[in-house]
Amino acid sequence: MSEAPSLKSNRPLTITYNLPISKTTKFWKELKEGKVFATKCKNCGKLYFPPVADCGNCGSSEVEWIQLSGEGKLVTFTEVIVKPASFSKEPSYIVAVAELVEGVKVLAWLTGIEKEKITIGMKVKLEAKVVSDKKFAYEFVLA
Amino acid sequence: MNKVAIIGKGHSRFGDRSEVNLAELSFEAVHPALESSGLTSKDVPYMTLGSMGVWSEEPLPAVVIAEYCGLTGAGLVRCEAACASGTAAVFNAYSVVRSGQADLALAVGAEKMKQIDTATVMEMIGRAGYYMWEFENFGMTFPAYYALHAVAHMEKFGTTEEDLAKVAVKNHRYGAMNPVAHLRHEITVEKVLQSCVIASPLKLYDCCPISDGSAAVVLASEKKVKELNIEDPVWIESMGFASDTANISKRENYVGLDASVKASKMAYSEAKISPADVDVANVHDCFTIAEIMAYEDLGFCEKGKGANMIRDGETEIGGKIPVNLDGGLKAKGHPIGTTGVSMLVELTKQLREEVKPSRQAPMKNYVALAHNTGGTGHYGFVTVLRR
Repeated sequence: MSEAPSLKSNRPLTITYNLPISKTTKFWKELKEGKVFATKCKNCGKLYFPPVADCGNCGSSEVEWIQLSGEGKLVTFTEVIVKPASFSKEPSYIVAVAELVEGVKVLAWLTGIEKEKITIGMKVKLEAKVVSDKKFAYEFVLA
Repeated sequence: MNKVAIIGKGHSRFGDRSEVNLAELSFEAVHPALESSGLTSKDVPYMTLGSMGVWSEEPLPAVVIAEYCGLTGAGLVRCEAACASGTAAVFNAYSVVRSGQADLALAVGAEKMKQIDTATVMEMIGRAGYYMWEFENFGMTFPAYYALHAVAHMEKFGTTEEDLAKVAVKNHRYGAMNPVAHLRHEITVEKVLQSCVIASPLKLYDCCPISDGSAAVVLASEKKVKELNIEDPVWIESMGFASDTANISKRENYVGLDASVKASKMAYSEAKISPADVDVANVHDCFTIAEIMAYEDLGFCEKGKGANMIRDGETEIGGKIPVNLDGGLKAKGHPIGTTGVSMLVELTKQLREEVKPSRQAPMKNYVALAHNTGGTGHYGFVTVLRR
């Protein structure tokens, strides 16, 4: 930001979004139990991760829940050094994409390994992860 | 359908433009665009604005800019296609003229990103994938998205960090000759490799800067071109478009951008040309890996051979197809919504042989190509121009 004359706005804006999950409640409940689920369209059979309530492929809203094995192979990764503002207090983190045996790909943090030791194609395991008392996510660990 | 020509162009200086507001910045491009067409703001019935927004205080920037530039009353829309918002705006204006809804239309790109801090810019662009599944828990950043592609490309095709650095070196060399570029200094491969890591393997000098800037083009129908006695119109031969998944995890692979492939095939087909007919191109090089993938996705070389093009100087003046002779996003700067319009301003100059000889592409067919990607290939546009 430069030194050019400017007026500082007196109207700060703070927005926190509410992320609706009523149609994927099962996913979040199961995460809390340590399980990661996908959805599968009952009509056309397409498997979805992230899970969806509606099938964009055939238009059906009849989906079933499928538990993922979590077994997968690393497709690509990066270590994020320069972080977004809301992640500024985090240490650097490794984001990876892996393809699970069920055929879907997942993006998540890969933890418990240094960047130098990561190789494309290595086996990883997708696991549910407790972020805080009320918040759950998922991550890759070494298989 | 009408043929559509670019008959006027304007471009602000890119960089930290904190001394002007969004409307004043836009005027710097709109005024010369109108003047170079022999028009006034009152002659233009339709204006489109490419602007991703979110950085500056104006939620309805098109209205504010139109008023400031004397276009109140014209048909008006703001177009968002992330980093391809500028081409989306041109496409909207082009469609209006092509369909015969109006004989003239103005497409403007304007973005002011420097008034907020870098961490917040990283936050806003990082959110621009699929927020819920890639940002909320995993803090993806824009460099990180392209870094996923760089790692995959290096693994599969042997592309190296030096190859990536060479893209930056080339684009800085040309950017240094461009008076409106944000970064006007030359760099070396060593300097790129020694710069700090942003998202491995991408380093500071693999990334485009955060910039302010505006650009504008006036589009006219063939009828209007004749009526106004425009001597040197540049025709928009075709505009190809495509998109890809919001979730990066749903992509087939990470060694190219499918939206670029689809959009370019559409553009080549409609213009009835092949990649070999293109004299000069501007491709979306927000990160160095993006330019290498663009060579391949646009058919300038085979898949996996992009690094060879930069190693062999094929994308410099004197090579097979000079690319980003204005410095590209990498050195000219990347005010997100402005970039697509800026590319067309540059290529219009190239086709009219108006730039300094040191960065002028030799013209054989007088065909130019602009490739503008939004997000990580989330939106794809390819435009073919001919003089």
